[in-house]
Amino acid sequence: MSSSNVTTSGLEKEKNSFDTKAIWRTFWILLVITLFELIVAIIYFETHFFPKHILNGVFIIMTLAKAFFIVAEFMHLGHEIKNLIMTIAIPACLFIWFIIAFLWDGSSFHTLRMRYDGYQLQQSKTIVKPAEHKEEGKKPGKE
Amino acid sequence: MAHSVPVGQKWWSGGKSPFNVEYGKLMMWYFLMSDAFTFGAFLISYGTIRFSSYSWPDPNEVFRSFPVIGQMTVPLAFVSLMTFILIMSSVTMVMAVGAGQMQDRKAVMKWMFLTILGGLAFLGCQAWEWTHLYHEGAWWGRNPFMNINGTQSSTNFSNFFFTITGFHGFHVFSGVIINICMLIKTWRGDFEKTGHYLMIEKAGLYWHFVDLVWVFVFTCFYLL
Repeated sequence: MSSSNVTTSGLEKEKNSFDTKAIWRTFWILLVITLFELIVAIIYFETHFFPKHILNGVFIIMTLAKAFFIVAEFMHLGHEIKNLIMTIAIPACLFIWFIIAFLWDGSSFHTLRMRYDGYQLQQSKTIVKPAEHKEEGKKPGKE
Repeated sequence: MAHSVPVGQKWWSGGKSPFNVEYGKLMMWYFLMSDAFTFGAFLISYGTIRFSSYSWPDPNEVFRSFPVIGQMTVPLAFVSLMTFILIMSSVTMVMAVGAGQMQDRKAVMKWMFLTILGGLAFLGCQAWEWTHLYHEGAWWGRNPFMNINGTQSSTNFSNFFFTITGFHGFHVFSGVIINICMLIKTWRGDFEKTGHYLMIEKAGLYWHFVDLVWVFVFTCFYLL
């Protein structure tokens, strides 16, 4: 391996690799995505124009896009070598299982409650007026 | 930083760092990984509980206040401002890292100072929001907000909100402390002596991670 000439050029490249323009571009992307989310959320709040679960999908995709830009550009991971990217990206894939498994568990719990927990079922159908709305009863151990 | 990246390098043949970064930076990445799973566990347990509940309060109703303008209904405007502040301070942090790579001590100090200001502004906003919600009657174990469909709500909403934003706020707080230490070290010329500003880069990684987590907290609590 002829490393001597590569070493210096690598160093030079590193010094000049800091790209202010790319940072500001990332900033604008993040800002625009956030504003878009905000506007869509407000439109939904005012009009209930589209189904909420589709909107949630949009929000999650936007969030993942923002996360990608922060990690790749601000944290510079996109410019590191593949080994480093993989040592972070592969364990992060555990989140896919983590999210699916536990949300599934939650929704299963919901189904079971609605089937077997009479109190919960009744509560889920009882509309209370804002004036009647009260906080939950005191928990044991609380004064 | 000072490593070369030759093309066709055999990374795993021994005698060199297969990740091509300095030890501390690699360990910072692994720490952030573990921290990501801690936050992930919090947010996913929030999701599990929310999925198991028959209904949930509407964030647009809960988070609609803005200081000075008062009780005007501007849903999510304040939290968007907080998001903007945090993204902005992430940008100034990258600028500090860039200045460090240029060995420009004055510029590093300037950008670190701005980053710290951004962090403090975010903490101030969060303090205002917490105080506001507290005066509306929300706290751990207390939830004054009704479910979106008008049914009786549980305290899960406020418990998760205060725990997770509190844990994130604590990260911001420790990030500000770390950044202040880095600013002092830069000012004393410690990094000029060692010849590199890698510590700034490591503090920067942590700071961006805090921003990254906020992106998810923002979505989970305020948008979904």
